[in-house]
Amino acid sequence: MRNPAVFAITSVLCLLMAPATAMAGEAGQIKVAKGSAFVQRGGQQLSASAGMKVQTADVLVTGADGSIGVTFLDNSLVSTGPNSVFAIDSYAFDSTTHRGTFDGSLKKGTLAAVSGKMVKQAPESMRIRTPASILGVRGTEFVVRVDDPPSQRSPGK
Amino acid sequence: MKRLSNSFLICIALLLAACAQAPKAPLGDELVVVLPGHDGKVGGVIVRRDGAEQVLDQPYAAARIVDEGKPQAAQLNASTVNDAFASALAALPGKPATFLVYFLEGKDELTAVSNAELNNMFTEIKRRPEPDLMVIGHTDNVGSDAYNDKLSLARAERMKELLMGLGIPDSRIQIAGRGKRESLVPTQDNVSEPRNRRVEISVR
Repeated sequence: MRNPAVFAITSVLCLLMAPATAMAGEAGQIKVAKGSAFVQRGGQQLSASAGMKVQTADVLVTGADGSIGVTFLDNSLVSTGPNSVFAIDSYAFDSTTHRGTFDGSLKKGTLAAVSGKMVKQAPESMRIRTPASILGVRGTEFVVRVDDPPSQRSPGK
Repeated sequence: MKRLSNSFLICIALLLAACAQAPKAPLGDELVVVLPGHDGKVGGVIVRRDGAEQVLDQPYAAARIVDEGKPQAAQLNASTVNDAFASALAALPGKPATFLVYFLEGKDELTAVSNAELNNMFTEIKRRPEPDLMVIGHTDNVGSDAYNDKLSLARAERMKELLMGLGIPDSRIQIAGRGKRESLVPTQDNVSEPRNRRVEISVR
């Protein structure tokens, strides 16, 4: 790094490529929490309970007997089944224009979803990423399952 | 110049090394299925992977990704999907809904018809766990703005009392009076219209 300008450019590039820290605000509310169910927020693991608010960057995590159901501000509904990890990567909704974006990632497990007002306003404003694919949501209800990678599967499976 | 481009290349390499992810472990298989909506419509989901794209727009149309291949089309049925996703589907919160109740002219008293329908509405509301309610009162166009603002709020408050009687805590019920600003049936000023004398209850 003999050249300060190059170093500066490199640093800026690195910053740009780092995941953006979105502003925290309410995205929705947990309505259903069963079994072992948690919300990971900023390095903390909180026990999920009905009535709890969720926000951008929260990760919903369930154990073998767990499930979580969330109603989002635009009336999108998302629930996860057991042994699941679902990250709310970013959520924004304008209740006046009904415009917004909902980016989530199902890292593993099962998910059920019903799209809400933002998808009605603009198809594919809701996107769900999985390890292998990206789902553009044009409407209504769908389910997604991400199996454990082969190396992590139990021998009998 | 030569030195600059060299150090630039080194920096790019460092950058890539710093930002690159660890070597990829093999991925698990994936399944996406669209369900018929409550209104019978299927809006559709597009599954994209490595430039391949599959549109799911029929009930129980599915895409499978096996061994990190391209999405493959499949047609499933209700019982297979309901079994495979039973826990997740059971945890889906109830759909947000809106109810209307009507009031007697100039009063915060329900009409006989609305009064008789209350129980059905309350049953529906109770089906939603940890409900958040928005209760908005409205009036017809008879009288001044000030009078109707007050009347619409009184109607919303009356409804809130009834909902609290169901055991819904105060903190989960928001109320507002919109006076004669949002007629359901547009009329001239000072027209008595029963359909505008209402309270909207949104539950989510």
